[in-house]
Formats: sequence, structure tokens, C-alpha cells
Amino acid sequence: MATSTPALKRPKGKKSKLGWNLLGLLVFATAGFPVYWMLNTALKPSKDAIDPSPHFFPRSFTLENFRRALDIGDFWGSIGRSLIVSVVVVVIGIAVGLLAALAISRFAFRGRKVVIIGILAVQMVPLVAMIIPVFLLLNDLGQYDKLSGLVLTYLTFILPFTVWTLRGFIVNVPKELEEAAMVDGCSRTGAFMRVVFPLLAPGMVATSVYGFIQAWNEYLYALMLMSQNHQTATVWLSNFTTQHGTEFAPMMAGSTMMAVPIVALFLLVQRKMAAGLTAGAVKG
Amino acid sequence: MSAAETTTAKVPPARRDPRPGGESGKPPKGPGRKRSAGQAAVPWALLAPCLLALALVLGYPLVRLVTLSFQKFGQPQLWGFKDPESVGFDNFTKVLGDNEFWTVVVRTVLFAFTAVVLTMVLGMLIALLLQRVSGWVKTLVNIALVASWGMPIVVAITIFKWMFDTDFGVLNWLLSQLPGMDMIGHNWFASGTQGLAVIMLLVVWGAVPFVVITLSAGLTQVPKELEEAARLDGAGAWGVFRHVTLPILKPIIVMLATLSVIWDMGVFPQVFVMRGNHPEPEFQLLTTYSYDKAFVVNDYSQGAAIALLTVLLLLGVIAVYMRQMLKIGEVE
Repeated sequence: MATSTPALKRPKGKKSKLGWNLLGLLVFATAGFPVYWMLNTALKPSKDAIDPSPHFFPRSFTLENFRRALDIGDFWGSIGRSLIVSVVVVVIGIAVGLLAALAISRFAFRGRKVVIIGILAVQMVPLVAMIIPVFLLLNDLGQYDKLSGLVLTYLTFILPFTVWTLRGFIVNVPKELEEAAMVDGCSRTGAFMRVVFPLLAPGMVATSVYGFIQAWNEYLYALMLMSQNHQTATVWLSNFTTQHGTEFAPMMAGSTMMAVPIVALFLLVQRKMAAGLTAGAVKG
Repeated sequence: MSAAETTTAKVPPARRDPRPGGESGKPPKGPGRKRSAGQAAVPWALLAPCLLALALVLGYPLVRLVTLSFQKFGQPQLWGFKDPESVGFDNFTKVLGDNEFWTVVVRTVLFAFTAVVLTMVLGMLIALLLQRVSGWVKTLVNIALVASWGMPIVVAITIFKWMFDTDFGVLNWLLSQLPGMDMIGHNWFASGTQGLAVIMLLVVWGAVPFVVITLSAGLTQVPKELEEAARLDGAGAWGVFRHVTLPILKPIIVMLATLSVIWDMGVFPQVFVMRGNHPEPEFQLLTTYSYDKAFVVNDYSQGAAIALLTVLLLLGVIAVYMRQMLKIGEVE
């Protein structure tokens, strides 16, 4: 603890910083190990992966596992379906969510608080609890095993999330800016389009990307509401078996292909989202 | 304590500062005033698409969940051969009278509780640690945390399955390097307790980053002068933490804890995929149990009853979360 008073005890502070740093490195190694182990296994020959003594630093690299993973099942098809569903749901979510977020952040009206509390509360209901009625609903609507049905169900978690997060971003755009534009002769809509919208754009990008990640990662609805022939990427990975049964090296290659783009996207928006999440708080 | 209280009062306004109309209070007192008659319709028009969509995809299923749990609804009703008939509280008496259900409830609560405590304690320790390490270590830890946070759950499950593999898992090999241990060939999923411990590790690994990052942000709000003052008054490291840091972070902690409870009670794919889509009885949590009853036994109404009971069980936690949100003025 002496580090916090560096001015008083400099030499001791230096020394204990070393201890903290070592501890920090231990945390780094532990938290990062699963990710490292995925990459490590994916990149080494599959017979090295089942060597009794694991190679922590692979001696030979190969992309063979990736080639084999691509041949399993319908890789590109499932990626395509996941892409379509995620993009469509985010576009709808942002369009509809932005309007709603504007309403609850820029207008005072009777019932506003009830709406906010409702949206907040509703996103707390675990998705798993909803799977039975949602399954029956899609069955009734004839949307079972259809991408449109999946989009519809993904709105259950994307929409409350988008509304709440966008609201956080809108609230941070000073109202005075808008008012100034209106004094200068802009209509309310004009003021929004010219002043608020540009300031909101980064927040909207972050919200879209994060929503996209959530939709992309969804597993349960995709499993329940789509048949084997129309599976999405997450279901593809969870059903991963080669003709030799479970082979972990190609499986890790498949995992890498699914995770790397998502983690990269996540790294891009993480900083922007962290603040919003504290308040809005939804994680896939 | 009193010093801490004054800052608790000071912190929220700082966060609320950028909010609209700082001193003007309620938003549309300004230019909107003269049009106030037609004004009321505008927000509702803006809200309409969202509310309609939510009513369809969330409201209707929620209502259906409730009605379903009071009906007899199985395969014949699903295919439309028979109409669902109302059976009153039958489903609930059946579920509540089942010993297995109570075993699952206890297991789920224990699982969620332990996972939340582990997540919060580890998250707090790492957040505190990050304040004390050098910049480059902090960056490294942050990269590892964000990478594990961003990992798709299904990918994370696959990785853990591989690390804990019976024959070639790296963990068994690592443990075997310890003197007197031979873990090669140890099957972690032979027993429910060990298997769930592995699953919990996976859940905690995925949940800690969010807690650390949020708490780290919160820790920057703790005024250095307060800590200094407490230290001059003779408080040790623990005393400073207990009486200065903790009270200031309390709102964030309550929020993180309640959210964690909700998430950890809703753990599904981790168990489901880890056990090859057919969790054994000793792995069942409320979520998988409800799924099993509905889609394996094909008794949709009993599954719905279990899901509803889970939601009711969570209602208290949700209420605490909402109260906290209202209190810190998020819902303004």
C-alpha cells in the first residue's frame, strides 16, 4: 500500500511496485491464457495438439487446421446467415431505438418515467425464460426456421439495449446547442439533424457495433428457432465435429475465425461503451 | 464516515453535469412551451414503433408465458390437434412438489451466489491492483481483460472444453507437474460438483473484465485528498478502503452485483454446450431444467411454470437494481 504515498517513502515504494507488477503480470497471464491457448492450438499441427506434453511455444506453424475447419459443415453459409441477421437487427434496432431514445431524453411528457422503467425492467428478464413462448409465437406466425423470425426475436434484447444506450449518448449532447440552432431559425427537426446528429454519430456507431456483436454471439434462440440446415455461426461452432469425432486443433481454428473479428470490433468500441454500460448495463 | 458521506453527495452531480438543462430543470420549458398542446403527441409518436415492437416480441411472450403455465400444453396442442385447456395451479403444484425441482433451485442459487461473490471480489482486487501497477502492466492486463470480455460465449466454452479435456487438456498436464499429483486422464465432468466448478470458472472468467473496467472507472472518482485525510487520521490500507473507497463505490457495486446475479442465474449455453446439448441431471440449473421440461419432455406448460418461477425468484434482485438506478438519478 506504500505506493500511494510515494513522496514520503520513495525507496520502499519502488520496491513494492515491483511486487504489484509481478502480481499484475500473473493476472495478465491467467486472464489471457485461454485466448492464447486457442491461438496456440489453432496454429500448430494437430498431432502436436494431442502430444502428451503440450507445447506452450509452438515450434512449427501451420494453417492446415483452418483449411480443415472451413470444410466442416456449412461454414460460409452459417457466417452469411449470422451476418444478415445481425446487420438487419442492428439497422432496425438503431432506427426504431433512436426515435424512442429521443422521446425519452428530449421530451417531458406524462408517462415518461413509466416507459423508462418499463424498458429497463424488461431487459432484465432472462432470455432463457422467454424461449418457450417465443418458440410458440414464431410457430404461430409461421416464422419458425426463417431468418426474419430470428431477426424478430433478436429485437427482444437489441431494442431495449439500443434505446437505453442511445439515450445515454443523447443526454450527453448539451441541450443548449440545439436551442441555439433553434434560435437561429432551425426547426426542431432541423436542429436535430444539423447539430445533435453529427455529435451523436460516434455513439451510434459504437452502439451499432456492440449490438452487432450481441446478435452475432447469440446462441440459444439461433439453436431453437433454426433448423440444422439454417444454422448460424455460433451453432455451427457448437456442433463442430470432424469425421474423427472431436478434434480440438481444427475446432480451435474455427473458434479463432469466429472470435478474432469480434474481439477486434469489441476493442474498437469498448472504451466508448464502458461508460454507457455502467448505466445501461447489458452484456450479451 | 462523515467525510465519505459528503463526497457521496458530491459525486452524482458530477456525473449528472452534462445532462440537459443543468439548472433549467425539466427539458421543454423553453421553446416548446407555446406548442405544448400538440407537443404531447410527438414523444408518443416517436415511441410508438419501439413500443409496438416490444409489445410483440416481449410483451406478448411474457403474457403467453404466464397463461401457458396455467394450461396443459404439450405436443398435441403444439401441432393444433387439441386446444390447450386451463388446469389452474396444477403445473405449479406439480413443479413445487417435485424434489428434483428444489434440488435444482438450491444448486442454481448456490452456483449464482458463488459466481457473483467470486466475480465481485476478484473484480475489486484486480481493479485495486491496477491502481498500483506501472503503466505498461496496466495496459497488458487491460488487453487481456478486454479480449476475454469480447470473446463470444460459445467460443469461450469451446476453449474451456479443450483446456479441461480428459486426455489432452492443458490443465491436467499443468496440475500433474505439481509434486505428487497425477491428473492425466482426470475427467472433470464425471461429477456434477467439479463440472459445475469448471463452468463457474468459465462464467467468472467472462464476467470479471466488465466488473474490473467499471470499478476502475469508479475508483478514479474517489478523491485522493479524502484517502490522504483518512490516512493522516491513522487509517490503515484496509481502513481507507473500508471507510472511504467502499462507501463511494457503493452505488456502482450494488448495480454490478445485482446485474451479475441476474446474468449468473440466467447461465444457459455454458452448461448446455459444455455438456454436449444434454446436461446430465446433476448439471441442471433452473434454465436448463426448464428447457429440458419443455423441449425434451415436451411439456411446454411445465417448462413455462419453471421459467416463471425463475423470473419471480429474480424479481427481488431486479427491484434492487431498479431502485439503485432511480436513486443515482439515471432515470431522470
